[in-house]
Amino acid sequence: MKKAKKWPEAWHEVNVGAMVFEPCSAREYHTGSWRARRPVWDNTRCIRCGLCYIYCPEGCVSQNALGYFEADLNYCKGCGICAHECWPTAIAMVEEA
Amino acid sequence: MVEIRWHGRGGQGAVTSVEMLALAAIEEGKYAQGFPSFGPERRGAPVAAFTRINDKQIKVRSGIYHPDVVIVLDPGLIGLVNVTDGLKPKGTLIVNTPKSPEQLRKELNYRGNIATVDATKIAKEELNVPITNTTMLGAVVRAAAPVKLKSLEVPLKERFGKLAPRNINALKRAYNELKISKAVK
Amino acid sequence: MAKRVGMEVAIAVAEAVGMCNVDVAAVYPITPQSHIAEHLSDIVADGRTDTEYVTVESEHSAISVVIGASGTGARTYTATSSQGLMLMHEILPIVSAMRLPICMAVANRAVSGPLNILNDHSDIMPQRDAGWIVMFTENGQEAIDLSIQSFKIAEDPEVMLPVAVNIDGFQLTHMVEPVEFPDQKAVSRFIPARKPYAMLHPDTPVTMGAFAMSDIYHEMMMVKDEVLKNSKKTILKVWDEWAKTFGRRYKPVETYRADDAEVLLVTMGSMGETAEVAIDELRKKKVSVGLVKIRLWRPFPFDEFRHVVRKAKLLIVTDRAVSFGGPGGPVHAEIKAALYHDKHRPAVHDYIIGLGGRDVRVSDFVTMVERAIKDRRKSAVKDYEFYGVRE
Repeated sequence: MKKAKKWPEAWHEVNVGAMVFEPCSAREYHTGSWRARRPVWDNTRCIRCGLCYIYCPEGCVSQNALGYFEADLNYCKGCGICAHECWPTAIAMVEEA
Repeated sequence: MVEIRWHGRGGQGAVTSVEMLALAAIEEGKYAQGFPSFGPERRGAPVAAFTRINDKQIKVRSGIYHPDVVIVLDPGLIGLVNVTDGLKPKGTLIVNTPKSPEQLRKELNYRGNIATVDATKIAKEELNVPITNTTMLGAVVRAAAPVKLKSLEVPLKERFGKLAPRNINALKRAYNELKISKAVK
Repeated sequence: MAKRVGMEVAIAVAEAVGMCNVDVAAVYPITPQSHIAEHLSDIVADGRTDTEYVTVESEHSAISVVIGASGTGARTYTATSSQGLMLMHEILPIVSAMRLPICMAVANRAVSGPLNILNDHSDIMPQRDAGWIVMFTENGQEAIDLSIQSFKIAEDPEVMLPVAVNIDGFQLTHMVEPVEFPDQKAVSRFIPARKPYAMLHPDTPVTMGAFAMSDIYHEMMMVKDEVLKNSKKTILKVWDEWAKTFGRRYKPVETYRADDAEVLLVTMGSMGETAEVAIDELRKKKVSVGLVKIRLWRPFPFDEFRHVVRKAKLLIVTDRAVSFGGPGGPVHAEIKAALYHDKHRPAVHDYIIGLGGRDVRVSDFVTMVERAIKDRRKSAVKDYEFYGVRE
């Protein structure tokens, strides 16, 4: 199968059925640029319960080697759900500069 | 082309008869159509079904309004349904009834051919059920000869399997016991 | 060779589909449904075909299930009618946009308001612009042949589009008549296993049915139009191959005694044969009339249609559905559009006929032709009228 252009331009360049063959191509779309506030973790308060990881609608929160959590800021839209759900109040939403 | 209308009640097997007759004609290499009066089917309600048989391809797909033959599976339908409606003046009316054809002629005031047979009695004796659709096929073959008696055996065997011989017996009795009164001038 | 048997047409269609090695069939099994679904389930239960038969809770689900199955590379089939097709409506344009070769039988029946269930084309006409290949059949034999051909057409790499085969409800589906089945081996050779363009499989990742905004949607619709128009080439090729293999030739526009006719009657679907009898009767009365029967509704065969009507002075179109508040019947509107640029375009008169199972007899076609000819002499050709409506 011929590899399609990354973005079709003319009508005849659109893939059959507009199928997308490149796995995870949505990663190239950095939704983090939409963010007005970013989540900042205070690991002295964090109990590593993982609620932020579970509730993140973007799936951009992951656990690091020490067991604490952080957001991939390429995709975090700054919705604040993690901070809202974090009952030990370890996450603060901080204005983007 | 022969056009046939069947009167029965939902559940009495008029549609099966229509199909058997069409299949027998097709078996003989003829062309045939068998179709119900289209619409919802309700047990016990008066229904009609139709057969067309021809030596050449049948192109007409509209309804049958002036049949050559009318068959009445249930004597109770006479009076409830106008069974001779549109029937050709020199057509054939075949009724399941213990009455004689002459008696029926008086009641219906129809001047064409009339044939009667007590198919309910035959069906009860041969099949143990008062369902007369296959029995009446024998009467049709005798009175109107749209197909040969033998040709009906193939579709009946296919449809009824083990019960086919009894249905074929009933059909042959109706063929033999049919009373016919020719058209009057 | 093929054996001639008597069979109800819906049963015959199911038998034909049973010969096509269908992987997945999904149907809503109750009203509005025909015996196609019921008998296909018998064939599957008897082990005569290796098909996964899914009974779903609605037609919306039936078409959705076959989309998923078709996405995995399966050969898929569904059948519906009337309100069932209306319920599928939301999904139909998605099937063609995703280029999934789903085949479907439509047992044409009137749509509700009021509830009716009998035959006309008001169910398929609202699906006209869904991007499907849409064909009409005239008798049981055509229903068998087109059902088999539909898989080959749909799955062709040049096409990859869904196909709807229209079989008039009751008038055809409930009719016992003689038909011939092609040989199973010949059918298997005619439609080899599907070679999918892509498959939903973990080893071959693909996104089907992705989001597309204004930056690309417009282009994609052009693709859909081009691909559907282009599919006619493949349809003609498949019909040619069918004629060579099985002896019966199909054309996008069929004609009957039309070559020298000044007046042409136009039908689509099962009323074509009844109309032929009317043409014979009119010819006996020295009326110069012939018949044009449209088989391929989408893509509309503009060139073929223009060619067969090139010498006619009057076209009498019959429509089995209404475009309410619009130009009359959809077939008539199409034909007028087809002829707009022609220098010698004929007068066109549209009769809306046979709605909700209203019977149309040979004598009705004769009356329609005679009346339209008289109207034309008086230069009183109407755009459209409801034929036989009680006044």
